[in-house]
Amino acid sequence: MARIIVVTSGKGGVGKTTTSAAVSMGLAMRGHRTAVIDFDVGLRNLDLIMGCERRVVYDFVNVINEEANLNQALIKDKRCDNLYILPTSQTREKIALTKDGVGRVIEELSRSFDYIICDSPAGIEHGAMMAMYYADDAFIVVNPEISSVRDSDRMLGILASKSRRAITSSAPIREYLLITRYDPERVKKTEMMSVDDVQDIISIELLGIVPESKSVLNASNSGMPVVLDRDSEAGQAYIDVVKRYLGERIPHRFTDVPKKGIFGRLFRE
Amino acid sequence: MASLLERFRMSYSTPPQKGSALVAKERLQILVAHDRAERNRPPYLPKLQKDILDVVRKYVNVDLDSIQVTYEQNDQQEILELNIILPESSHHRNPVR
Repeated sequence: MARIIVVTSGKGGVGKTTTSAAVSMGLAMRGHRTAVIDFDVGLRNLDLIMGCERRVVYDFVNVINEEANLNQALIKDKRCDNLYILPTSQTREKIALTKDGVGRVIEELSRSFDYIICDSPAGIEHGAMMAMYYADDAFIVVNPEISSVRDSDRMLGILASKSRRAITSSAPIREYLLITRYDPERVKKTEMMSVDDVQDIISIELLGIVPESKSVLNASNSGMPVVLDRDSEAGQAYIDVVKRYLGERIPHRFTDVPKKGIFGRLFRE
Repeated sequence: MASLLERFRMSYSTPPQKGSALVAKERLQILVAHDRAERNRPPYLPKLQKDILDVVRKYVNVDLDSIQVTYEQNDQQEILELNIILPESSHHRNPVR
């Protein structure tokens, strides 16, 4: 049986798709058979971030409507044999995702995969509800910013009341926090909430801190999940996230301002 | 680059400026507490409020604002508090209907 992970946030633009791409690639690189599904019907983007947009023939909605089978729609990643991408439709509407249809696809994927990553659209409308409904685990992506933190708390409330696990009174969804776009320099100047500030409000297990990094845009420009950029802080942070999720205990990194040499200090801008 | 003297002044003489992170956190703590209280309310509260109003209105002419239904929850118990403000001369009036 696969473990179903939803990557969600409430607020848009915080890094859900970046995280979905990085975490799915990270799990696959560690040998786990992983499928990543784009739930953002009408605003298809995961295929771009994964760099497989020109290989999309059939999509998630085609499979739900039985216009194609799952094997026709799944795109095998060219860099990692264990990773498959299920793109979404660019033309249909969110309502095309029916609860039964999504359930059928997830169940079929569960038979051959270890992890299924559901990349949620922003908001708390139908698409986001479908993305989180079947989840076993939730990755809550938050920026250290007031509206993002509030929306994340709201999303936690929804997970606790509207998910399948909540409705069937099963064990609750395991919730994990990812703080992204973190800027230690601004935190030091008390211009940005710190990890502790965010954790005082959203007190769920912290999987990792991904620092604000130019490599994230570079990675998306070239269709390469940032986790493959091992030289970048963001790439390393996502590798840590995957390791922690899989049970390794490693200290958090990238929370402090990098130390500058004597010249850096004297000639700072 | 600022002169050494200026840099010295900037580093040591001006008091450290308080950034806005603390304000953000304080605002969030209030907001989130409010949001959480709201979503823990049982969904039947608005209907309960209306039903109570209908019953009270059989005897006294009050409007919806005169009835407050508050709900609180702590570890041990749930408290449903009902507060009905009667109009001053209510006992003089004939019952409605």
